[in-house]
Amino acid sequence: MKRSIVCRCEDISEEDVIQAIEEGYTDIEELRKKLRIGMGPCQGRVCIQIVARILEKKTGRKVANIPLPTVRPPLIPVSLGTLASEKDEK
Amino acid sequence: MKSKADVVIIGGGVNGCSLAYKLAKKGLDVVLVEKKYLSSGATGACGAGIRQQWSTRENALLAIKSVKMFEQLSHELGQDIEFRQGGYLIAVHDKKEMDQAEKNVTMQRSLGLKVDILKPEEITDVVPILDVQGMKAIGATFCPTDGHANPFRTTFAYADAARSLGAEINTHTMVLNLKTSKKAIRTVVTDKGPIQTDVVVNAAGIDSKAIAEMVHLKLPLIPFRKEIMATERLQSLFEAMVISFKDGIYFSQQKEGQIVGGIPIPEEKGGYKTMPTFRFLEHMAHTLTRYAPVLKHVNLLRHWTGFYDVTPDARPILGEVKEIKGFLQCNGFSGHGFMISPMVSELLTNLIVDGKTSEMLENLTLDRFKGNNIEKELSVVG
Ligand SMILES: Cc1cc2nc3c(=O)[nH]c(=O)nc-3n(C[C@H](O)[C@H](O)[C@H](O)COP(=O)(O)OP(=O)(O)OC[C@H]3O[C@@H](n4cnc5c(N)ncnc54)[C@H](O)[C@@H]3O)c2cc1C
Ligand code: FES
Repeated sequence: MKRSIVCRCEDISEEDVIQAIEEGYTDIEELRKKLRIGMGPCQGRVCIQIVARILEKKTGRKVANIPLPTVRPPLIPVSLGTLASEKDEK
Repeated sequence: MKSKADVVIIGGGVNGCSLAYKLAKKGLDVVLVEKKYLSSGATGACGAGIRQQWSTRENALLAIKSVKMFEQLSHELGQDIEFRQGGYLIAVHDKKEMDQAEKNVTMQRSLGLKVDILKPEEITDVVPILDVQGMKAIGATFCPTDGHANPFRTTFAYADAARSLGAEINTHTMVLNLKTSKKAIRTVVTDKGPIQTDVVVNAAGIDSKAIAEMVHLKLPLIPFRKEIMATERLQSLFEAMVISFKDGIYFSQQKEGQIVGGIPIPEEKGGYKTMPTFRFLEHMAHTLTRYAPVLKHVNLLRHWTGFYDVTPDARPILGEVKEIKGFLQCNGFSGHGFMISPMVSELLTNLIVDGKTSEMLENLTLDRFKGNNIEKELSVVG
């Protein structure tokens, strides 16, 4: 079967998302926790808007009304060594 | 939504969902009310570590019996909750900590738990990436049957099982008020309408205090913000959770390969603010790379916050309160409410279904704070 991938980082397809919505997970945060979408290295920049679109289509709610997930810092990956040295210099 | 139920549970975290499942299994008519979505509270923020090495006998017993249930849970619920037993390694840093560790281990062994005291050179046999000198350890304790599970999967699996047994689970539904008459619970008022019931379980996490205030009851709960982080994914490096009571750090590698862990910021006080801080990242990275220098090159990916609902003795508040008939507490987990949830829901189910209480439950009621003889749990981390 052909799968259309929605979240590349976590290998989640449109079918996976639709199935979860049909099971009653109708909140982006909820889908995130259920399927791990948005938890990969890109932190959802690739997939969250697509998921929001699917959710809009399935539930009939406008995207603007669908709460987008909380942004979790850091915005770009940073190494533990770099973070640790920040502290040493103080 | 139903307008009548045998039991109304407030809160769709791991404790509320687990209780809904067990009560429904006993044939009770259960309604659960969750203001956001399932696992939106502490459960969704948590490390989900499962540890049996505690300093108080009760916590140790609660955890030991819970692990026996976690071992069966995926099978019982028909969904994989990703329970894994990689053990917990607790670093010991000085003579005083070693004395306490020896006392704890003696008590834990008397309960049948397999737990060892490790010499410094044995530490890297368990977790090869640790630097024993960097972490300043003179030894460690290790229990191989400690572990962790996936908190979302566990909560969702309980909820699905509860629904298929007839429980009604209402998300995006908020409890606004509780009504009593003659000092007994009568009605739960929600934004979707009232529910008549004789039994209400307050499993609302840090909001439990506000729920209790609806019936003028004071709970000694203080919210403590906790920060936690996850790195990028790595190949499998170690299986145990590493913790230190002295440094407050805890970290483990999850099934997908990311390292997840937390540490308290030294000057942090109680309160409700939720923004993650840079202070935490610095302190965590500094301590983590001191424990495991090879992690220096690893990228940190995410960082989020959650709350501990902390009681004066760091133990939960469970069972019915003397003041109001039918008002049960299931809160105050003080940062370890995931690991004991199987036993917590078991004790409350026995109480609700058969009116059966137990020594364990009696020791954890709200009433204990009226005496001056409370035994504080010392083995707290994070
Ligand atoms: C960073 C962090 C790490 C942790 N690590 C661990 C660990 O390794 N091991 C462990 O065992 N524990 C850990 N914990 C603790 C654990 O997460 C909690 O003790 C546990 O999840 C509590 O579950 P709960 O179901 O009691 O409460 P919660 O999960 O907080 O659920 C309460 C629910 O009630 C809902 N609610 C509140 N008010 C209302 C209302 N008026 N109407 C309807 N619903 C309402 C909330 O939305 C929430 O979903 C950690 C906690 C944090 C914050
Ligand atoms: S594509 Fe979904 S997290 Fe990167």
